[in-house]
Amino acid sequence: MAVASTETTTLNNVEAVRQTLYEALKSDPRTLVLGEDVGARGNVFLITKGFIEEFGAERVIDTPLAEASIVGIAIGMAMEGLRPIAEIQFADFIYPAFNQIVGEAAKTRYRSNGDYTCPLVIRTPYGGGIRGALSHSVSIEALFYHVPGLKIVAPSFPADIKGLLNAAIEDPDPVLFLEHKKTYRSVKGEVPTGHYTIPIGKADVKKAGTQLTVVSYGLYVHQALDAAQQLEAEGHSVEVIDLRSIRPMDRTTILESVRKTRKLLIIHEDNKFGGIGAEISAMVVEDAFFDLDAPIRRLCGPDVPAMGYALTLEEEFMIPTSRMAEAMRDLVAF
Amino acid sequence: MAKAIDTPALERHGLSDEQLRAMLRNMIVQRTVDNRGFQLNRQGKIPFATGSEGHEGIHAGAAQAFHRGKDVLAPYYRDIGLCLGIGMPPLDALLSMFARAADISGGRQFPNHYTNKKLGMLSVSSIIAAQCTHAVGVAYAFKLRKEHDRAVLCTFGDGATSEGEWHESVNFAAIHKLPVVFLCENNEWAISTPREHQMAIKDIIAKAEGYGLPGVKVDGSDPIAVYAVVNAALERARAGEGPTLVEAKCYRFLSHTTDDDDRTYRTREEIERHRYLDPVPRFEKLLLEQGIVSADDIAALKKEVLAEVNAVTDEAEALPYPEPAELYANVYEGTHEPWL
Repeated sequence: MAVASTETTTLNNVEAVRQTLYEALKSDPRTLVLGEDVGARGNVFLITKGFIEEFGAERVIDTPLAEASIVGIAIGMAMEGLRPIAEIQFADFIYPAFNQIVGEAAKTRYRSNGDYTCPLVIRTPYGGGIRGALSHSVSIEALFYHVPGLKIVAPSFPADIKGLLNAAIEDPDPVLFLEHKKTYRSVKGEVPTGHYTIPIGKADVKKAGTQLTVVSYGLYVHQALDAAQQLEAEGHSVEVIDLRSIRPMDRTTILESVRKTRKLLIIHEDNKFGGIGAEISAMVVEDAFFDLDAPIRRLCGPDVPAMGYALTLEEEFMIPTSRMAEAMRDLVAF
Repeated sequence: MAKAIDTPALERHGLSDEQLRAMLRNMIVQRTVDNRGFQLNRQGKIPFATGSEGHEGIHAGAAQAFHRGKDVLAPYYRDIGLCLGIGMPPLDALLSMFARAADISGGRQFPNHYTNKKLGMLSVSSIIAAQCTHAVGVAYAFKLRKEHDRAVLCTFGDGATSEGEWHESVNFAAIHKLPVVFLCENNEWAISTPREHQMAIKDIIAKAEGYGLPGVKVDGSDPIAVYAVVNAALERARAGEGPTLVEAKCYRFLSHTTDDDDRTYRTREEIERHRYLDPVPRFEKLLLEQGIVSADDIAALKKEVLAEVNAVTDEAEALPYPEPAELYANVYEGTHEPWL
């Protein structure tokens, strides 16, 4: 991690995305953003507000409502030497682009044996807890993390967002960049000024501890940290790892932590079956089975197609901090 | 009753004798390489081949209009002649058939799914119309960088025009007046599905009107006519006047691939009825009648091409497969640690 400056500013997550994109467009003429309503409207979360005035409509492209070609056109631009940053307005709308992401972007380098590359970023807001109902709340990471050739990052602290978004833009391969909507304005933090990157594929221990390892990402990292503080007050030491990158995944940090604490709790919003936690769990069982003092536990979204619009249905889907604390207590006591 | 071969009066559209002979050679190389693929498959030497018989006129004509070193081609899997025509050596076609390590894709891709960045050929996908979006992205880069001497030639079959990505590509290119030519090689068949089950219209160019770009229909078995139309469309694209949809009508004389059996869905009579469209004898006849080549020239050319294709067949066959460890290369930049 190359940090250019020790000075920091306080930003929320939406500002961190915005500032990083702005600086990329300012410093590298090969970059451009394309997506639905990114121009005059400045994106539905105002992430690209003012960009079209500063960088022009040729580099801040309001696309037609057609997700497959947003990604496909960006692939062509990337193959021709540009650094496109495509936006899918909500992760729920990414399905029409599945072919282009999985069938094309992830295979461009591989099928041409390196003759062509696809340095492309696809940003998309995901996740629930914002009354987004069936089609503005989903988590999509498990649909894509099966795919070699893709990288997937899901940072949820402003400083991580800046470092990983810079890394994604500079990466020579396609990166799916997931931004949890509920953290957009609810999470603030200190962000180093100046340019820096955080390597894709490195998790971060957000809180050190000795009795239990919690692995999470996205919104739930913040809740897991709150829950771990409660346990701390109760005299228990919980380590919280923010995955930050889903593919490639940081096996070393997870395994080192589990070997130390001997217990593992995985928390994610996406549903349990075939989710990210399934892979982490399998990996830990394969590589560190004899270091475990308790069965691995996964606390995940329920196995239903989506969260409902009604507050009661949304609340039933989302995991409250109290349930995370309860699961931590159970495991610590095991 | 089969129609007789009917040659149009010679309208050169600026093509020299030398260029016309080069186009004939391109068509004969294409047919010879194509036949070689089917032969090798029937001999059990390669698992699969795709033919392009009937498309030679489109390929030879369009390739003449392509500016090497400037333009980019976004081809599909039936474009062997077009790829040869813009400079791909016949050896590359055979390396692809034999899936040898020396193939640019390192023996990964299906036959006819070429890639060649040096020649400006995008990597071919089997996913129909996926390349149309890429072609548009490349054209956007040309426009953004103000590279006004460059255009993209994007090719696909009639079935591709049913895909959403095709429509999205044409729409976007028209909105931004991008330097791209969409060339539809309409051979009337999408594997076993005839055009009338693919669309309710007879001419694919009718789809252009809805997107606000010109559509031009051309006889795909007449390479000179194809050259004229594609050349004009590429010139128009380079001049910043926007995209064109060209529909070159032809007929697919072979099964879709060596794994297909077209006797299950079309009659031999139908194929024979279309023989008069076969671009190779038709172009030979035209050049003979015009005195641009002699019968001896054609015989010598065929002999020479066959010798060359035999030589590259032997050369490719003798080369090794990729090392098994190559499976793990080029997943990402640098070393990829597989999750084993």
